[in-house]
Amino acid sequence: MLDKGTTPILKVQNLKMYFPIYKGIMRRHVGNVMAVDDISFEINPGETLGLVGESGCGKSSAGRAILRLYDITGGSIQLEGIEISTMKGDALRRLRPEMQMIFQDPQASLNPRMTVGAIIAEPLNEHKNLTKAETQARVNELMDAVGLSRDFTKRFPHEFSGGQRQRIGIARALALNPKFIVCDEPIAALDVSIQAQVVNLLEELQERLGLTYLFISHDLSMVRHIADRVAVMYLGKIVELAGRDQLYDSPQHPYTQALLSAVPEPDPSVESTRQRILLEGDVPSPANPPKGCNFSTRCPRVMDICKIDVPEFKQLTDGRYVACHLME
Amino acid sequence: MPDGAVPILDVTDLKTVFKTRGGEVHAVNSVSFDLAPGELLGVVGESGSGKSVTMMSLIGLLPSPPAEIRAGSVMFEGRDILKMTADELRDIRGSRIGFVFQDPMTSLNPVFSVGFQIMEPLRKHMGLSKKQAKARAVELLELVGIPDPEPRLADYPHQFSGGMRQRVMIAIALACDPKVLIADEPTTALDVTIQAQILELVRELRHKLGMAIIWITHDLGVIAGIADRVMVMYGGQIVEQAPVRELFSNPRHPYTRALLETLPSVTGQRTEKLMTIEGQPPSLSAQPTSCPFKARCSKAMDICGTQNPSIFRLSGSHDVACFWDATTGKARDAG
Repeated sequence: MLDKGTTPILKVQNLKMYFPIYKGIMRRHVGNVMAVDDISFEINPGETLGLVGESGCGKSSAGRAILRLYDITGGSIQLEGIEISTMKGDALRRLRPEMQMIFQDPQASLNPRMTVGAIIAEPLNEHKNLTKAETQARVNELMDAVGLSRDFTKRFPHEFSGGQRQRIGIARALALNPKFIVCDEPIAALDVSIQAQVVNLLEELQERLGLTYLFISHDLSMVRHIADRVAVMYLGKIVELAGRDQLYDSPQHPYTQALLSAVPEPDPSVESTRQRILLEGDVPSPANPPKGCNFSTRCPRVMDICKIDVPEFKQLTDGRYVACHLME
Repeated sequence: MPDGAVPILDVTDLKTVFKTRGGEVHAVNSVSFDLAPGELLGVVGESGSGKSVTMMSLIGLLPSPPAEIRAGSVMFEGRDILKMTADELRDIRGSRIGFVFQDPMTSLNPVFSVGFQIMEPLRKHMGLSKKQAKARAVELLELVGIPDPEPRLADYPHQFSGGMRQRVMIAIALACDPKVLIADEPTTALDVTIQAQILELVRELRHKLGMAIIWITHDLGVIAGIADRVMVMYGGQIVEQAPVRELFSNPRHPYTRALLETLPSVTGQRTEKLMTIEGQPPSLSAQPTSCPFKARCSKAMDICGTQNPSIFRLSGSHDVACFWDATTGKARDAG
């Protein structure tokens, strides 16, 4: 997956994020929601890795775990070679400027009582010792970068539209010159015509500032546009990870195939002739995943071994990674 | 609509206004359309384009105040729905006209069993006995593809997954054999693989049951796969309407054209840079005197600022509200 010679900016190995379930008056620990169950991948500098999957597959939990917004259950996360999976307190705090997040809902992630200027300045006040004038200059610079007028610094979030609010969120994420940004469904709450504006802005900033993105989304067509490589998650595990064109042109895992065939195409003549792989039933609960392969309960090509053994996530000859017994 | 067929629903010049503290919001402005029996009409538009409000207005589902229907008529089975009393409306809603909403969690009542909620319209509208209603409820759940329906009647909404809940909503909407089904973003809250299941179900059911469907969505992909005819709304108005293939292959309104260009796809050519529609949708605080899309339109001309274009009829049952002529690239002959 990597050219020898490039060092990945982020290296995730066997990451596990379990959320405990407690029951009864004694709050007994009765089980775990295995939101992220043993995933591994790397992201190179300047690259965008798309992380796709349906709701509940663990993609957002993975993003948050990587940024250490949670105490992870197991595995290792290396940011530029530094192990951050066990870091705590002050050490972790000093690392925060390096890695930032853009959230899905700009309405919920911006404090309604703070002005836009104060929202964007907050990370600066928290992590940097700047004078008032320097802070103001930096805020202005950031507002320019995301295409908001400087006159808006004194306004409050409710005075902005959804797309503009997302720009505020992006400006805040950029304030400390991060190297790595997790974009968690940044366009899901926006209208189509506004989505394209925000995606173009993210791409432009990436090019200009050399940013690295983990782009989490359920929108497969937008991920195809923005990502260099794509990882597909199902029930806490990555089932397939490949270069963008590889993945979209010839998906290997039966789940990836079904997922791609389910995306409606905005073209009636394509739609009328398309072969759909319809999956039966629903995703099992991550608290009680099936034995063997997690996809075995819905897989159209399920074999006996799939119900017994967990398929290994391994590299195929063409460089992509697939976790499926069909690939043996 | 194919010429000659008698429409089952005929909406003329509908105007809906919301009265708010900040003044009036003109959410729907002179919307006219019709629906042929058995037809699936797709309605697309962004949030605030008036697509949901239009459909809610025509079955009297908007709370008044703040909503007020200023003008228009909605002819259904020879009568004007807008002139009906509350009781008459209630008879029609849920029996002759069914609806399915976006979020199946909030539209099902969490404290009643699913069986009770399916049987309610059957007993109210069709006067079935408890036993008959139960038999019909089982039949309906089977129809919408819920496995092992009989024991599931006693289950509550939270015991169903999102896709299954939407199937229950569809079962309730279909309970009394409606002539028209209004579906407002019914698959938006669902995952793509579950959406594919529901779309397949609807394709199957509409032929089996022969009802007309109005399908509201912001997803042009869904529309492409399911609709017979498409209506594009912007700023509370219909800007374009045409049969589905005609609309996608030959879009005439600059908004529709831009919308189709901004969409990335999973199978077609991958574009390096996405086209965008700059700017924001219009505020609807006043009755528009100019074209609502003017500020964002790449083809805007002087006339667009002084007059709101009315509908131009083109060949191929294609309507467009725009002064710019896509075939000549110039202003349309107003005559």
